[in-house]
Amino acid sequence: MTATGPATVPVTAALALGDDALVLSHRLGEWAGHAPVLEEEVALANIALDLLGQARVLLSLAGDEDELAYLREERAFCNLQLVEQPNGDFAHTIARQLYFSTYQHLLYADLAAGDGPFAPLAAKAVKEVAYHRDHAEQWTLRLGDGTETSHERMARACAALWRYTGEMFQPVEGLAADWTRLEERWLESVTEVLTRATLTLPEGPRTGAWSAGAGRQGLHTEPFGRMLAEMQHLHRSHPGATW
Amino acid sequence: MVTGTALEAELLELAGSVPDPELPVLTLRELGVLRAVHLHDTDAVEVDLTPTYTGCPAIETMSVDIERVLRAHGMREVTVRTVLSPAWSTDDITPEGREKLREFGIAPPRTRRAADPVPLTLGPTRTRTTTTATNATAATDPAMDAGTSASPPPTSGTEPVRCPHCGSADTELLSRFSSTACKALRRCLGCREPFDHFKEL
Repeated sequence: MTATGPATVPVTAALALGDDALVLSHRLGEWAGHAPVLEEEVALANIALDLLGQARVLLSLAGDEDELAYLREERAFCNLQLVEQPNGDFAHTIARQLYFSTYQHLLYADLAAGDGPFAPLAAKAVKEVAYHRDHAEQWTLRLGDGTETSHERMARACAALWRYTGEMFQPVEGLAADWTRLEERWLESVTEVLTRATLTLPEGPRTGAWSAGAGRQGLHTEPFGRMLAEMQHLHRSHPGATW
Repeated sequence: MVTGTALEAELLELAGSVPDPELPVLTLRELGVLRAVHLHDTDAVEVDLTPTYTGCPAIETMSVDIERVLRAHGMREVTVRTVLSPAWSTDDITPEGREKLREFGIAPPRTRRAADPVPLTLGPTRTRTTTTATNATAATDPAMDAGTSASPPPTSGTEPVRCPHCGSADTELLSRFSSTACKALRRCLGCREPFDHFKEL
């Protein structure tokens, strides 16, 4: 997909970023036909498409995109556990997107400003992700500062996914980022959005001994296996098939 | 040695005349996605094409169309390369391209200001009914609003998105994402017609 020489690309980092984008893209795609309103159907599908495009570029830097997406086993994926979490209700999807898009936007802006192998993609993707982040923030405000029910459900979603947010700031080999500073900026932004949405920053640990922090090392939560089975089923059933 | 400059220019123009598969009123040149044409031999050519969005599915059709046109012009070997850098921006759409979009019923993108900081807008929620009318226009696209996260989002200094049908500046955002990744859905409060807006990137 790109002109960047694959030899210079840190494969671990390409897979980490690529798997995040691929897995979240697939999760968002699961909303097709089920979103609460037509506009959201279109929005979530468009965000999924952006992420899929990013995944294709990143995985192509690491190897053959189709082989990597469809023929790896669960333990070979190094996406964050956050992005593999099921869609849940709409509030869960928005909370997941808020946490991830804020992280991705800050990280890609840093990568775009550098001259590393991911700078060209990051410079392009950061502009797309700005829309994803804005979309998630707008919905967080609407739901948090909405009705009693929407407030309660948004609060529940933010709390449920909180334990998966610590993993985002584990250093990734081959990515030149200031992870401590990234985490500070992320916390600052999320705190601000939640506060404006009349929500409070969830309490409790952001990683756990068993619950989080290992997606990058190939350890995933239970729902991921089922997602992967669905995503890979067609390709594995018809090897080499094309349109 | 083949310099091929004249031929390269001719091929660039030919490739540039290919219509965009999703917005056929625009050519690839007007869309600004055609970056370069390099002639490697008298009949082997390499074309640099950049996607609008990273995941834009139209790029494959564009490549096939370019290849077809250039082969018909006598090129034996046509290679279309996808290049990401420098990233495409809606500022790359030519003035005539913008005019064609408007005539087609799509509000063209506004020009981005140089060196936009982190683009963020946090609009008030719709439950705040007292300010609904201003919210609607205030909730513009994030790429244009350099405002901080403090409310209300700034509108002053930001050019309004005009209705492509009646020209009214009184339009509201319905959805940040529309029929394709590059458009947002808006509604004119003057003539009440919904319309697509090619959003700034």
